[in-house]
Amino acid sequence: MIPAAFDYHAPESLSDALALLDQHGEDAKVLAGGMSLLPMLKIRLAQVGHLVDIGRIPGLEYAKEEGGFLKIGAATKEAALERSDLIRSKYPILLDTAAVIADPLVRNRATVGGNLAHGDPANDHPATMLALGASVVVRGPKGERAIPVDQFFRGLFTTALASNEILTEIRIPVPPARSGGAYLKLERKVGDFATAGAAAQVTLGAGGAIEKAGIGLTNAGPTPIKAVEAEKFLAGKRPDDQTLQEAGRLAARAASPSPDRRGAADYKREMARVLTVRALKAAIRRAGGPS
Amino acid sequence: MAMHKITVTVNGTAHSAEVESRFLLVHFIREVLGLTGTHIGCDTTHCGACTVLLDGEPVKSCTVLAVQAHGRRVMTVEGLERDGKLDPIQEGFMQEHGLQCGFCTPGMMMTGHALLRRTKNPSEAEIRQAISGNLCRCTGYVNIVKAVQYAAAKQQ
Ligand SMILES: Cc1cc2nc3c(=O)[nH]c(=O)nc-3n(C[C@H](O)[C@H](O)[C@H](O)COP(=O)(O)OP(=O)(O)OC[C@H]3O[C@@H](n4cnc5c(N)ncnc54)[C@H](O)[C@@H]3O)c2cc1C
Ligand code: FES
Ligand code: FES
Repeated sequence: MIPAAFDYHAPESLSDALALLDQHGEDAKVLAGGMSLLPMLKIRLAQVGHLVDIGRIPGLEYAKEEGGFLKIGAATKEAALERSDLIRSKYPILLDTAAVIADPLVRNRATVGGNLAHGDPANDHPATMLALGASVVVRGPKGERAIPVDQFFRGLFTTALASNEILTEIRIPVPPARSGGAYLKLERKVGDFATAGAAAQVTLGAGGAIEKAGIGLTNAGPTPIKAVEAEKFLAGKRPDDQTLQEAGRLAARAASPSPDRRGAADYKREMARVLTVRALKAAIRRAGGPS
Repeated sequence: MAMHKITVTVNGTAHSAEVESRFLLVHFIREVLGLTGTHIGCDTTHCGACTVLLDGEPVKSCTVLAVQAHGRRVMTVEGLERDGKLDPIQEGFMQEHGLQCGFCTPGMMMTGHALLRRTKNPSEAEIRQAISGNLCRCTGYVNIVKAVQYAAAKQQ
C-alpha cells in the first residue's frame, strides 16, 4: 500500500524544520521514525499534505546526564536507548520499557520523542515518563518551552504540541540515592501493544519508608494515566505487602480501559492492579529496599 | 506530485532514480532495481519479510520511504553472496534446513547477518530475541535458530 500523495521535506536544521511546519500549518506533520505515522498513512488512517522529516537534523540523538537531568534527544532511537551504557546501568526502568516496544526491527527506527508525541495511550514510554516525573522540551516559532508530561497528554492521539512545534528533548530529574524503577507489560505476543502495563518509580527514605512514588499506566484509558491517588497513598508508608496491594487497588481505580480483542474492561483493570503491585515490588528491590 | 532525485547505494553500487515522496523503499528495491529477493508479506510493519539493512541496521523496508534512504547504504539478500561464495548465514540456512516455503527467509537472513556482525557468539535467547520481528509460518523457528548458530560457529 502506497500512501496518498504528500510532499516530503528533509530539512537539515531545526530552524528550517520549524519554518516548514509554520508555513504549512495543520497540513504538515513531523516524520520521525515513521513507525506509527507511515503505517497510518498507508492504511489511510491519516492523511497529510507535507511530511517534515527530522531524521537528517543533527544533534537530536543522545542520552546524557547534565545539570541534574537525564536528557534524551527526541530523535533517539529505541535501539540506541537499549544499547546505552548509561541507561543500562542507571535507568533499568527505561531499558524495561524500550525492550518491550514493538520488535527489534521497529526499534531500529522508532524514536523516543515519537513514542510520546504520537499521543497513543497504548505506547509504552508515556507511562514510564509519568512515573519518572519527566518533562518534554518543545521548540516553536516563539522559542522553547518545557511541558511536564503529566500535562502533555490531552486526549486520544492529542498532545499539548501545536502543529508548528517540535519536541526536541525529554528531561528526567536524576533520581536521588535509594531510588529504583521498573516497567511491566502484559502482551499477547512480541510486538503487540499492551493489554495492560504499569511503570513504578520509588525513592526510599533513610528509615526504609517510601519517600516518593510515581506510577504510570499504559493502555488503561483514552490517555496515558498517572495514578495520582496511589502515589499519594504510598508517600511516607513502609513498603509492606498490604500497603502495596492497596496502592494497586487505587491505581486500578484510576484506570478506565475499553474492552477490545485484548480483553474485557474488568480484566484489563485487574491486570493494571496486578502489574502495578509487581512493578512497585521490582522498583523497591532496585531501590535497595526489601523485596 | 512531489518528485525527488535520490541516490541510494544498494549492495555496494550507487543507484539513482526519480521517485515520488510517497514511494516506499521496498518498491524501489523490487520494482526500480528488480531485486525481488526482498519480499512483501503483511505490508503493515509486522512480518519482517521486507527486512533490509539500512546503514547496517535491519529495518522493515515496507515502512521506510525511498527518499528517506537517499544518500544511505542499503543491503538486500542479494548482497549476501560475495564472489560466488555464500555468506555463512546462507550456508547455515542450507545446512540446517532453516526454511520450508522460503518466504520469510531473505528477511530472516538479513536480521541474522546483522546480529552476527554485532554479537559474534549469540546465545539462543539472543537469537530468538533478534528475530522476534521476523515471522515464519512454516518452520517453528527451531531450525532457523540452528541456522544462525551454524553461521556463528562458522565465523569463529
Ligand atoms: C508493528 C508495530 C508494533 C508496535 N508496538 C508498539 C509497542 O508495543 N509499544 C509502543 O510504545 N509502540 C509500539 N509501536 C509504535 C512505535 O514504537 C512507534 O514508532 C512510536 O510510537 C512512534 O515513534 P516514531 O519515531 O516512529 O514516530 P512517527 O511515526 O514518525 O511519528 C508519530 C507521531 O508523532 C509525531 N512526532 C514524532 N516525533 C516528533 C517530534 N520530535 N516532535 C513533534 N512531533 C513528533 C509525528 O508527527 C506523528 O504524528 C509499534 C509500531 C509497529 C509498527
Ligand atoms: S511486509 Fe514489511 S513488515 Fe511485513
Ligand atoms: S519458511 Fe515459510 S514462512 Fe518461513
